[in-house]
Amino acid sequence: MPHTRVWPPGASGYCPGVPPETPLTDWDGVRLHVVTGKGGTGKSTVSAALALALASRDKTVLLCEVEGRQGIAQLFDVPPLPYEERRIVSGPQGRGDVYALAIDTEAALLEYLSMYYRLGRAGKALDRFGIIDFATTIAPGVRDVLLTGKVYEAVHRNRRTRNARQYDAVVLDAPPTGRIAQFLNVNGELAGLAKVGPIATQADNVMALLHSERTVVHLVTVLEDMPVQETIDGIDELREDGLAVGGVVVNLARRAELDEQERDQAMSGRLDAESLRADLERVGVPTTRPLVTGLLEEAREHAERRELEDDQRKRISDLDVPTYELSRLTDGIDLGGLYELAAELRRQGMA
Amino acid sequence: MSPRSRSRVGPLVAAGIEAPALDVDALLADRDTTIIVCCGSGGVGKTTTSAALALRAAEQGRKVVVLTIDPARRLAQSMGVEKLDNTPRPVPGLQPPGEDVAGSLDAMMLDMKRTFDDVVESQASAEKAAQILGNPFYVALSSSFAGTQEYMAMEKLGQLHADARSTGRWDLIVVDTPPSRSALDFLDSPERLSSFLDGRFIRLLLAPARGPARLMSAGLGIVTSAVTKVLGTQMLRDVQTFVAALDTLFGGFRQRAQRTYQLLQADGTAFLVIAAPEPDALREAAYFVERLSEERMPLAGLVVNRASRAPRGRLSAQQALAAAERLEADLTTPARGELAASATAGLTAGLLRLHADRSRTVARETRLRSRFSTAHPDVATAVVPALPSDVHDLDGLRLVGELLAGRAS
Repeated sequence: MPHTRVWPPGASGYCPGVPPETPLTDWDGVRLHVVTGKGGTGKSTVSAALALALASRDKTVLLCEVEGRQGIAQLFDVPPLPYEERRIVSGPQGRGDVYALAIDTEAALLEYLSMYYRLGRAGKALDRFGIIDFATTIAPGVRDVLLTGKVYEAVHRNRRTRNARQYDAVVLDAPPTGRIAQFLNVNGELAGLAKVGPIATQADNVMALLHSERTVVHLVTVLEDMPVQETIDGIDELREDGLAVGGVVVNLARRAELDEQERDQAMSGRLDAESLRADLERVGVPTTRPLVTGLLEEAREHAERRELEDDQRKRISDLDVPTYELSRLTDGIDLGGLYELAAELRRQGMA
Repeated sequence: MSPRSRSRVGPLVAAGIEAPALDVDALLADRDTTIIVCCGSGGVGKTTTSAALALRAAEQGRKVVVLTIDPARRLAQSMGVEKLDNTPRPVPGLQPPGEDVAGSLDAMMLDMKRTFDDVVESQASAEKAAQILGNPFYVALSSSFAGTQEYMAMEKLGQLHADARSTGRWDLIVVDTPPSRSALDFLDSPERLSSFLDGRFIRLLLAPARGPARLMSAGLGIVTSAVTKVLGTQMLRDVQTFVAALDTLFGGFRQRAQRTYQLLQADGTAFLVIAAPEPDALREAAYFVERLSEERMPLAGLVVNRASRAPRGRLSAQQALAAAERLEADLTTPARGELAASATAGLTAGLLRLHADRSRTVARETRLRSRFSTAHPDVATAVVPALPSDVHDLDGLRLVGELLAGRAS
């Protein structure tokens, strides 16, 4: 299995429906895109699509995951990722690359130790004494500082950092909405634990980045009551913590096959069975009773569902944040679907 | 432990087969079933399923308590309780109404910190308890340690079970599990917490309190100096205080966790694995099913929520799409005599596309489920169709219960 995917020919810098010269996106100047959302809403898929969309503008993008799920490897259908930055998608002519990194807490701690303290032998001893386990288990604040610290390091690289790849943007597939404020508020979490010391300093640096203009937090939702409620609550929480809320990505949206008037008719049972039958016969579809009543019933269910979704859509638009919509892919998500979603995000100006 | 590092468990050779149907009513009616645990990855409707099962069992005469984890506000409201808390509260409005209803339903929501605090308070002297409860590490551990919620769900289950035994207040406990990324987390948490508490480092931190001889153990100097470098002295001191204070409780914790684990292996327990017809959810379900069989834990079956309903009529997705395209072509090409496009062609094309979409979705879901049942042929399955809206009253829960039992009209 190849380790690196190659963009569809001509896809770099090109996006169906978008003039390549479109200069402005909604998040120009943002270096760190944090993506959260309720479990099951497709946060990882959206993160991956966003990384692709950003890369399609001839950028070098790093896509990070922190929950040890190997979700990126699965989405891109490449072998499990080690704890190192690895190119997973490359654009034609070497423009527009997506690198991926699965951040592992224990490896991050050991790296952190060797980077700051040159703890060669002691590092191994730490592991032997179960202290790695300890530090990453008992003090969730420490764990989160290590995870976000690694992201901080990737965002913060510059020309002066020797032998290091620079990224134009970093996309972080973050923990779900329920844990996101806590995850990003590393200082608060640590405050009770480590008031001074290197970990505390690291936390300060991370906080400075997270609270700067270079970071936004996007929320992924689907058009159902609970995920939308969680999105609303999440936005409040993030704002309370002084974090910049980015966009809301509505994932898995149903395509509107019927217009509003048709949906009204479908709901109130006013769609005309006779003209439906006539249309079907004209194109050679044998019209059985179950088919005709079935189609009308499907129309009604679709309209009902769509109405409920519109209520949720309204709640989201009331939030007054940029909103993007990704449609449900009937056959599920695969690499091709990911490229399509990336194009949709670009078309809507998210990248 | 990563689920991916385990070996798979399966039939080795199999032909595509249909899963046997899960008889939910038989499970609920069986008086030997005293605990039902609903497991599954996040976002698959575990809490709703747990509540619906509990209601159905209660209305069939069982005395039920349901332990939910973080239910949606509307779900809590649907059980007639504005806000559930850590104490079981009776749910009013069971049917059939009347005084001779044999069954009853109590509902509660796990408060993980409260449960942890209770354990500490019941195990330690008042003075020591206060010392523990105020320690910053305890606060972190009890409110945000990744495994605490799972562990406390088990702890609460143990308490409810003991309660049910001594008072006879309940004869069935339905447990929802925390929304972890992996269904396995629930089973792993006691092991994780106790191995953590047994860790050498913890032992090491306790060493000074136990006499100077232990101080000389190999590597201690390097380790403590490294820890001090990273965490700072203040933090190290807090950790030490915390660990010393908790030390007396460790034995208790481990024993309790072990007891609950044994309870889960007992015959009266039935696991239901909840999933949605999506690859990720079914993959997690597969890992869980395999793990249960390795641990010899009793699996009752698989519930696939949010399934799409099969469309009526025998029109295939391809035929429907082709017909829709022909209708749309008529719309764009100029009228050809009497075959002028009908006024409703666009609408009809839309209906055909909806039909095609639904057929493809159903086909995909069926394929996913049949893949699962081929690999796990013994797992009885109930398929619950998606409801257009969220459950917000007892009738809604009742309907979910009927769908689970395959008895919906």
